Amino acid sequence: MNMLSRSAKEKLYFGLFRACGALVVLTLVVIVAYMLVGSLPVLSLDFLTEPPRGANARGGILTPLVGTIYLMIIVFAFAIPIGVLSAVYLAEYQGKGRGARFWSIVVSNLAGVPSIVYGLLGLGLFVTFAGLGRSLIASGLTLAILALPIVISAAREAIQAIPPSLREASLALGATKWQTIQHHVLPYALPGILTGVILALSRAAGETAPILLTGAAFYMSSMPDSIFSQFMALPYHVYAVATQTMAGMNGSPVVYGAAIVLLLLVIGMNLIAIIVRKRYREKYRW
Amino acid sequence: MKLINRTGAFGRAAARVGFKGFDGAPHLILFIITLISASVLVAVAAFLIFGSLQAFNVIGPVELLFGESWRPTSFFNQAFGMLPLMVGTFLVSFLASIIAIPIGLGCTIYLAEIAHPRIRAFLKPAIELLAGIPSVVYGLFAMLILQGWVAQVFGLQHGYVALNGGIILAVMMIPIMVSLAEDAISAVPRELREASYALGATRWETMRSVVLPAAMSGILAAIILSIMRAVGETMAVLMAFNQTPILTLDPFSGVQTMTATIAIEMGEAAVGGLHYSALFAVGVVLFVITLLMNTIANRIMSRYAEAYR
Repeated sequence: MNMLSRSAKEKLYFGLFRACGALVVLTLVVIVAYMLVGSLPVLSLDFLTEPPRGANARGGILTPLVGTIYLMIIVFAFAIPIGVLSAVYLAEYQGKGRGARFWSIVVSNLAGVPSIVYGLLGLGLFVTFAGLGRSLIASGLTLAILALPIVISAAREAIQAIPPSLREASLALGATKWQTIQHHVLPYALPGILTGVILALSRAAGETAPILLTGAAFYMSSMPDSIFSQFMALPYHVYAVATQTMAGMNGSPVVYGAAIVLLLLVIGMNLIAIIVRKRYREKYRW
Repeated sequence: MKLINRTGAFGRAAARVGFKGFDGAPHLILFIITLISASVLVAVAAFLIFGSLQAFNVIGPVELLFGESWRPTSFFNQAFGMLPLMVGTFLVSFLASIIAIPIGLGCTIYLAEIAHPRIRAFLKPAIELLAGIPSVVYGLFAMLILQGWVAQVFGLQHGYVALNGGIILAVMMIPIMVSLAEDAISAVPRELREASYALGATRWETMRSVVLPAAMSGILAAIILSIMRAVGETMAVLMAFNQTPILTLDPFSGVQTMTATIAIEMGEAAVGGLHYSALFAVGVVLFVITLLMNTIANRIMSRYAEAYR
């Protein structure tokens, strides 16, 4: 390698690294482009407002889309309050000693558990033990548990980023700790918490494995009529159409269409989260 | 309400059992809610162990974990040996890692040290978006498009082989690795770089001999966490290749991963039966593997956090 001068070596390596960066961006572009091009024949508003027909081989994706929205509502109702309040406790009351380390290890371990294992938990706990059966509520609660560590760590980080001087000023004026949290900490942490909430919801919307075990159906002729009925959901619909229908296996536009709607939903939510975070960082520089 | 404020009977009791600075009802309520969230980890472990007890009892732990064949539905010689599934997961994750680690590191270095700030401002969110794409979309891509490319390049009849899964998992691992490892590289103090430049080193020499060694533990943790993602991934693997539980390390063969086994077979296993229980045992193994990897990554990470305080 001594034949190469030092600057030539640098050029060579930097070129390689640039190529790696380009490759990663290219992957994103290729995947989105294939999904988009494959779905062109069906992409229209009707695709969103019509239920699937012909054993999922034709028609739209209304039923699965609505199912996914229902799931997100359940996740929102359960994971967000519990997650945010836990984060408040961990950030404001727990302190910074050994206890705090223990909690962050618990949260990071929870975040690392594979989604299919959460599916097993949902099957054991909600479907069988609690007797909810394969249902919307069993799947929703399973996804809520999966989303919990994401909400907690994002909210905790947002709360901890607020400078202590803000709290001290409030406490010095005679406010109690809870009043300080309520009126001074939470409002400023809100955009950061919101970012975490959106990311957690988008993760829950895109998960397939847990709902596969806890209640998603291949086909339903109508919308779920209660939280105890089975349901169709967009990610499971993509999987089911792709692997269990002839049309899907041959790459029919219907399956690409379902995938691109899911992709846009999730990427859209992620983009909103990124924008919220960026604005917030620009607005408050501590 | 007065009972549970700071000076009430409850507050005094709380202070006695170790609640420093007890702050009345909100404190108590928040603590209970936090306990609920933390109990999830306990619940996962409890339900997995409870569900798998039957399999461990009837089949025996050694046969269950290291038995060489997995034939859950065979009528005459039913067998529940998890080894083929573990080897399947290992093979696919290994293939993914040898593809993802060099490319991921290259991309990380580009992002952290080389890219123009304006490109960086665009590239970082793009990589985050890549990490957010649902696994079923990656799976669909692997099944309908990547498979054909793999078949063509390697001259196979079809591309539904372990390598196809390895490639798509690599694509899924890279964004996680890059965003974590980039944080580690950015955390290296500027003084270290400047000292190296001052001694006449080029940017590449500084990176190779100063920045990368300093960030090594963070990078290592990033690699472990991204491998963990590959081990735990279900849908992309399920759709990328034929799931056949054979004991092989051939990248051009179909294998069956632990995650895919649970996803495929849970539907046909009778609730409470031996097969059902064996699938929970597969879940236990997955859970333990991810817990171990996470602990190792945490250890490495906290060590490096201490080094640069």
